Amino acid sequence: MKRISNSTGEQVSVWKRIVYYRDSYMLIAPFMLLFALLTVIPIVAAIGLSFTSFNMLEMPRFIGWQNYQRMFLDDPIFFKVVKNTLIFALVTGPLGYIMSFLFAWLINETGRLMRTILTVIFYMPVLAGNIYFVWAFLLSADSNGIINGWLMQMGFIQEPIGWLIDQNLMLPSLMVVQLWMSLGTGFLAFIAGFQSMDNKLFEAGAIDGIKNRWQELWYITLPSMSNQLLFSAVMQISASFGASAIIITLVGFPTSQYNADTIVTYIMDIGTTRFEMGYACTLAVFLFTLMLLANFVFTNMLRRFQAD
Amino acid sequence: MRAKVGRTIGGNIAVFFVLSLFGAFFLLPVVFTVVTAFKPLNEIFIFPPRLYVVRPTLANFAWLNVMMLDFWVPLSRYIFNTVFITIAGSVLHILIASMAAYPMAKHPFPGRTVLNRIIVLALLFVPAVIYIPQYVILAASKMINTYLAMILPALQSSLGLYLMMNFMKDIPDDILEAAKIDGAREIRIFFSVVMPNVKPAWLTLLIFSFQSLWVYNGGSFIYNEELKTLPAVMATISAGGAIRTGVTAAAALLLMIPPVLLFVSSQSRIIETMKTSGLK
Repeated sequence: MKRISNSTGEQVSVWKRIVYYRDSYMLIAPFMLLFALLTVIPIVAAIGLSFTSFNMLEMPRFIGWQNYQRMFLDDPIFFKVVKNTLIFALVTGPLGYIMSFLFAWLINETGRLMRTILTVIFYMPVLAGNIYFVWAFLLSADSNGIINGWLMQMGFIQEPIGWLIDQNLMLPSLMVVQLWMSLGTGFLAFIAGFQSMDNKLFEAGAIDGIKNRWQELWYITLPSMSNQLLFSAVMQISASFGASAIIITLVGFPTSQYNADTIVTYIMDIGTTRFEMGYACTLAVFLFTLMLLANFVFTNMLRRFQAD
Repeated sequence: MRAKVGRTIGGNIAVFFVLSLFGAFFLLPVVFTVVTAFKPLNEIFIFPPRLYVVRPTLANFAWLNVMMLDFWVPLSRYIFNTVFITIAGSVLHILIASMAAYPMAKHPFPGRTVLNRIIVLALLFVPAVIYIPQYVILAASKMINTYLAMILPALQSSLGLYLMMNFMKDIPDDILEAAKIDGAREIRIFFSVVMPNVKPAWLTLLIFSFQSLWVYNGGSFIYNEELKTLPAVMATISAGGAIRTGVTAAAALLLMIPPVLLFVSSQSRIIETMKTSGLK
């Protein structure tokens, strides 16, 4: 498709260009209208509602910065869930990301048939949907729990451990389950990235003195996969900051004394259980900001890495 | 053939070892589900727990069937709801996301750059966080407790548009130009030239959309029992506690078959699409 322009370049009026591309607008209209209605407007509305007191029954009432004051100054649970979210995201985010890359690489080192089989096996936790609930049986606190049963039989422990009940173990157990589910869309992008590598690069590398697969990975593959690296990071950030279903299913809603709640489950608690929609939106705005920040930090790190 | 430099036997064994170890970790819960689904009750509560079954039985599936008869809403209704929202949602998502992806990939219309930025940014957002304003909007349009409340949010998944858009960038401009010269309008070009060229991407959008809708329970948008979906049935069954372990596993096994079959049969085309997924 050629850009229409006259000899002076930019001088064709925007209106004329819009008319010229009217068919394009018609094609994007159904998606973009829905997207505006159910994603863009809700995000903007959440920012607006964060300055109100709103219970769904009456009209929202403007209360200025009060929700933000409450969040930062008067809500001890807020700090608890932020701490949980950060621990959870800072461990499962980078680890899940590295695992996605590493396993995609190792799988790519195998033959064609194995590659196909292993991709299905490693992607299975995400593919099988809500199967994560079986961790409730595997990590069950009595000796019928599979993990406890094995550990007791092998003599590592005498008493069953309350993996999902013990206040200090809940969060680490949930992180293991989250890591188990972390080979998702980003992992598939990496698998594809490895498969689309240009063989000429490897041949050239061999001539330039690449000696083993580690050097090949570090000097050739990593630098040419920067686009996949960025895309997978976005997927990983969204997954690790957004974890809620596994927490609700495995340790409860809300968790006892909010010891394993994250910002997302706390938003659900405030919104769905207590109908404090204004405050829930304030928390949501805080979470958006946190995720954008994480994305920004990662993008800059990757740029610096590439510049070196 | 790929040039394999410095692949030692020791290294290959290490790769094999690491993959087997973690493969077992990733597969354990799935194996547990499959095995438990065929276990008789006395084998489920055996100590130490076993990951194999001695006398496999279909009793759990039979029980599942009996329990369904007691439901206030017939099981067929839940099955219909899940199948309906999954198929309608996925097909419509593929259609409207592809329609939008074509101009986003190929036409430099005013506003495209901004839209592109917004779509990429939206990849970050978790739906759970904006459910309150979404609820308000759906309620204002009288859509709470309707199929639309489950289907519409799935149609506008930014991931689907993003993947399709990147895939379409690789369509050669020549064939689009040729159709244009023949006098075809963009909408015809879209259906007769663009869509047939992006079949691998259809399957990719299908699998992602299918995965999320198949396990969707309606969230806070659905509270009418007759509109609830299979995951809600799962929750009811597993709420029965440890004694229902076998039945729960049987139900979970049946539920995971469709997405797994779909992925296995379309894997190579999904990987082909994901090759273009990179974020620039």
